[in-house]
Amino acid sequence: MTNKTRIKLPETSAVGDVIEIRALINHVMETGNRKDASGTAIPRNIVKSLVVTFGSVTIFKAEFGPGISSNPFVAFYLRVPGPGEFVFTWEDDAGIKTVERTPLFVG
Amino acid sequence: MSDHCRSPVEPLSLIRVVSRRNFVLGGAAAVAVAMMLRAGAVAAGEDTSQPTADVAAPPEEAAAGRIPVSSGLTHSRQFDEALQAILADAEPVVGEPLTLELPELAENGNVVPYTVAVESPMTDTDYVRTLHLLSTSNPQPVVAAFHLVPATGKASVSGRMRLAKTQDVVAIAEVSTGRVLVAVRKVEVTIGGCGTE
Repeated sequence: MTNKTRIKLPETSAVGDVIEIRALINHVMETGNRKDASGTAIPRNIVKSLVVTFGSVTIFKAEFGPGISSNPFVAFYLRVPGPGEFVFTWEDDAGIKTVERTPLFVG
Repeated sequence: MSDHCRSPVEPLSLIRVVSRRNFVLGGAAAVAVAMMLRAGAVAAGEDTSQPTADVAAPPEEAAAGRIPVSSGLTHSRQFDEALQAILADAEPVVGEPLTLELPELAENGNVVPYTVAVESPMTDTDYVRTLHLLSTSNPQPVVAAFHLVPATGKASVSGRMRLAKTQDVVAIAEVSTGRVLVAVRKVEVTIGGCGTE
C-alpha cells in the first residue's frame, strides 16, 4: 500500500528560473507517544524521509521527526537547469516507499 | 480530541522548577527589577499595585546558553542534547541572514506553518547545506532537517509542524563556508498538538 500524494509545480518555467515545488503525502504521522483506548502504546509510524531527484541529481532531502504534522507537506525551490523529470521518494517507518514521478515542462 | 490529550490548554501560570542558585539569583534580580519598575512607574504617575512581570530566569544549561532562548520558558534536556549535537563547537551567528517565520499565536498545535529561509547566493562555493528545525519542549526535539544543494537556487523551506505547548522553536542553518546561523521564535500554543503528547 502506498500513500496518496500531491505535487504542485508551475505549469511553465524557463531555464534559470527559481521555481517553488510543493509536495504533500497523505500519512497519519503516528508519533509513538500516544496510547489507544485500552492503554496500549500505538507504535510510531512516521514518514521519515523524502528524497527528490531531478534528472538523476538529488536536489533536496528532508528528514522528518514526529514533530511534523500529519500529511507532511513541504515546499522548497529549484533553479531550473532545463526540462526533466522529478522523482519524489517518501519512506515511512513501516518501510513503505511511495514514489511519484512528475515531469517539468520548460518552454 | 480524545483523552490522551493530556494538556489541551496551556495553563496561564508559569510553573517551573528553578534550581536553588537560580532561584536566589532570579529572586534578587526580580527584586531589583521590581524596584526599578516601581520607581519608573511612580515617576510616571502610574498605579504601582500591578504585580510585576515574572523575571526569574530559567535554569541555563550548557547548550541552550549558546542561543537566545526566551526567558520564562523551559526547554527539554533532549533539546539541549540535540542542539549540542548540531552545533558541536561552532560559533552560531544569531538572526540575519537566517529567518524563521512562525505565527506568534497558534490556536492548533497540531498544524503550525513554518518557513525557514536564508538569504544565500546558493553558488557552488557559498550555499546552505542543511536547515535544522528543533522544538524546545516537544517530547522529541528534532522536528526536521533539510539538505539543500546549490541547484536549489533559493534556501527556503516551508511546511507544517506540531507544537505540544507554548515554546521556542529553533532553526539552525549550516552554510558551506562553515558559518552556522541560528534563529529562535516563540510560539504561544492554545491547544497543544495531541500527537506529540
